[in-house]
Amino acid sequence: MSLLPFCKWLSETPWSVALHESLWAYPLVESTHVWSLALFFGFTVLMDLRLLGLSMRSVPASQVVRRLRPWMIAGFCLMVVTGLLLFYAIPVRTYQSVFFRLKLMLIALAGGNVFLFQSGVWRRVADWDFDPVPPKAARWAGALSLLLWISVLFAGRMIAYNWFDCDRQPQTAIVNWAAGCPVATVEPE
Amino acid sequence: MTLLPFFEWCEATLLGQAIRGSLWLFPVIESVHLVAFAVLGGTVLLVNLRILGAPLFSEPVRRLARDVRLWQSGSLAVALASGSLLFLSEPRKLYYSGPFWVKMTCLALAILFTFTVHRKLTLADDGQVRLPRKLAALVSIALWGGVAWGGRWIGFSG
Repeated sequence: MSLLPFCKWLSETPWSVALHESLWAYPLVESTHVWSLALFFGFTVLMDLRLLGLSMRSVPASQVVRRLRPWMIAGFCLMVVTGLLLFYAIPVRTYQSVFFRLKLMLIALAGGNVFLFQSGVWRRVADWDFDPVPPKAARWAGALSLLLWISVLFAGRMIAYNWFDCDRQPQTAIVNWAAGCPVATVEPE
Repeated sequence: MTLLPFFEWCEATLLGQAIRGSLWLFPVIESVHLVAFAVLGGTVLLVNLRILGAPLFSEPVRRLARDVRLWQSGSLAVALASGSLLFLSEPRKLYYSGPFWVKMTCLALAILFTFTVHRKLTLADDGQVRLPRKLAALVSIALWGGVAWGGRWIGFSG
């Protein structure tokens, strides 16, 4: 099963074309996507640093998490909405971007990390709330979150580069497979 | 007097040539620059939103500011270092870029303001300086916002 036909259909809708070709709307959406990083990514890093015991040690961990969370959720929503719009403007190329696919997988992993944290060590936060350095499980969650979100940011930045684009053949078989490029088998001369 | 000869000299440096000649270096340095921007932006927002009365932390502004100071200065240092490398790879293009000069002006003012007026007011006793501190928070957000705006728009003004 492939989402390629859907992406092709999406790319031909009038609004997608309009957004793609617009002089101001597209750069504005893209910029908002980048600027939202300060809110979402910046606050996530600050929270991770608290979980690692590297910042705001005197503030109870639960307070850092609870007070930062609504801002992070707001930032995340902003990133998702602008991100969807960016995808909507360039559906086919983005769908076939190895970096975009990698980014989605990394976001899923980061989400899994949040889930494990919430259902694990976070439930016992009362026991370690005032510890300057939280227990190992919380430190792991913080470190993984840092690593995964930094990777998401790197992968996201690389989407702009066309090194592995489907229309730049020949690519290696693994790239074509990972990007889902519909490549006809090359006939030997 | 013009800065153009200096910019041209930068362009000719070995480091500049190396970054320009590599496929991967520029995007990777750019991503590092973005990580640093986001952390710096996060700390700037955190302290300023707290000053402006957002329900962030119950602890006093001065303690919050001191808590994140290391990470604020650290991310600023990384942003300056990675930014300098990005600059070295294409100074001549930047010389003719309006957004670049907006960014540099805002950056100089933002650094100056952050380490003088803003710092003094955030580290003062709570309750003594409410209004000036709120004004300083707004100025700080505006200046760093100008840096972010200029930085983003350099990419569009190619």
